[in-house]
Amino acid sequence: MSSPSDVGHMEKFLRDRRDSGSKLLVAYITGGYRGWEAAVESAAAAGADAIEIGIPFSDPVMDGPVIQEASQAALETGATPASVLAAVPGLDTGVPHAVMTYYNLAHHPGHERFASTLAKSAIDAAILPDLPLVESGPWREAAANAGIETIMLAAPTTPDHRLPELCEASKGFVYAVGLLGVTGERAALAATATEIARRCKEVTDKPVLTGVGIGSPEQAVEASSVADGVIIGSAVVRRLLDGSGAEGVGDLVAAYRAALDAG
Amino acid sequence: MVMTDPNKEGRFGDFGGRFVPETLIPACEELEEAFREAWSDADFVEEFHRILRDYGGRPSPLTECYRLSEDLGVRVLLKREDLNHTGSHKINNVIGQALLARRMGKSRLVAETGAGQHGVASATAAALLDMECKVYMGEVDVKRQALNVFRMQLLGAEVETVTSGSKTLKDAVNEALRDWVATVEHTHYCLGSVMGPHPYPWMVRTFHHVIGDEAHEQCLKLMNKLPDVVVACVGGGSNAAGIFSGFSDTDARLVGVEPAGGAAVGRGVPGVVHGMASYLMQDEVGQVQEAESISAGLDYPGVGPEHAYLSAIGRAEYPAVTDQEVVEAFQLLSRTEGIIPALESAHALAWVVRESSSLQGQVVLLNLSGRGDKDVDQMMDVLGPGNIK
Repeated sequence: MSSPSDVGHMEKFLRDRRDSGSKLLVAYITGGYRGWEAAVESAAAAGADAIEIGIPFSDPVMDGPVIQEASQAALETGATPASVLAAVPGLDTGVPHAVMTYYNLAHHPGHERFASTLAKSAIDAAILPDLPLVESGPWREAAANAGIETIMLAAPTTPDHRLPELCEASKGFVYAVGLLGVTGERAALAATATEIARRCKEVTDKPVLTGVGIGSPEQAVEASSVADGVIIGSAVVRRLLDGSGAEGVGDLVAAYRAALDAG
Repeated sequence: MVMTDPNKEGRFGDFGGRFVPETLIPACEELEEAFREAWSDADFVEEFHRILRDYGGRPSPLTECYRLSEDLGVRVLLKREDLNHTGSHKINNVIGQALLARRMGKSRLVAETGAGQHGVASATAAALLDMECKVYMGEVDVKRQALNVFRMQLLGAEVETVTSGSKTLKDAVNEALRDWVATVEHTHYCLGSVMGPHPYPWMVRTFHHVIGDEAHEQCLKLMNKLPDVVVACVGGGSNAAGIFSGFSDTDARLVGVEPAGGAAVGRGVPGVVHGMASYLMQDEVGQVQEAESISAGLDYPGVGPEHAYLSAIGRAEYPAVTDQEVVEAFQLLSRTEGIIPALESAHALAWVVRESSSLQGQVVLLNLSGRGDKDVDQMMDVLGPGNIK
């Protein structure tokens, strides 16, 4: 169990909301994609409890077609880690921010430098999906020293014996990967989604959020019957790709918020 | 021993490891365990070698290049991996991995391919062992290697054109990894080079070790001594790892030749992609760059981690050659020895030609990793039918 001094801003914020009886909603938006700043503010205003900002990477192996397309478009218009991060302190959200990106972008500048850049850019937490627990020690230490919470992913294939260590290592919240596969909406919620959340909840009292494969507010409610909440990414980014803009993102997030609040 | 097992984290020095999504970690562990167990089972090893012999055509010969040697003043010996079934060294690895997949109860293979040689080899092994096979190939490569696409389809594999990113080998690897993340319970990722997460770099090198072992023995038989230089082309680096592993504990100089447009080791910047820490071509913030070379099979911005290690400790060197030098070497071997090499393998020869003045009187063992039939169309475009020297 974490001592109170270990608990960072992301985790404290989400714990408080959860403990007050609310289901949690995190929205992902690809940084650098046209209109992303307004979309972030709109998602927060519509009731997201935290925002995940994607820093586009050339080789996003955990992402499906929607987020790949947005990342590629952002890179083609010149998005860099620096350009995305520089914009974050100016965003009016009132909720914690995580970055979601790939490990080489932390490795290349060096762990300490990347972590300190995040900390100076109004970022509370980091998600690096290609950095599994076994390889994550040095990064997590550098991140913790800079006050950045590293959110670890628990997969449906993660064996029971590794879950306690993984959930202990995870800061901010535990990201329960809802299915075997990459990011993207699916027609129905996978059976694995509630199963992995249940297994995580058995070994941690940190917030457990289910992401990857959440395709509708109804699925979000179903997933949250076990998890403390959900992460929605491709559904949100699709609104940006189809031209619905910040308004469309706000409407979508509001629909998930309403469904989760209604239970 | 220089080329020994990696440590328990899968590292060769600072390189290697297992940088894949958590979802794939249990599959990598299961694969490592299955490989260790299979490779210590005499029946498995015997079946592997039996198939390579009776089906693959091993041992591949060692060919002395009399005319070329006279031209260059360098005694050039070719290890003829081009004579293997499917036309390259790739068959060694896929037979090993397909047998292992079957032993693990997996019924489906996914593979990435650049030039198409590994895709063809994978499709072949899948046909032989009655497995389903899907090959990911970048759109750019599908166009320049149309013949190999059709070959894979004839062999019963499904070829998926990859349109993301740079539409070449690195993106085909991404797409194969995405497939594997979703299908890991019944699918084996038949990775085509000494790259990727542990245990792949070590396992793939082990399946190709036969190249180096045979060549070592053949050199002794032919000359009663070992070569002064062992040279091979390097994209991911599987054929080089195979032949180097037979000579890494000798006095032979080991040379891995990279394309100038894909010189991951040459540029020497460490990075992490496709499951491994190694040298990686990347821009100033860490975005992976696109490799560009005349040969699709070497269009890879990274390199196997053991090569990064061999370079870092100074045991092997990794010079680069230009497309122009490769085109000339391609023609030279065709004309002097009657052997049309794969463009990949022509990189190794291009280095020998360029360095011939400093190699006078030495014995150079060159791994001729593949045959050039697949490249003839492309070379006709490059040279023009009337412009052959």
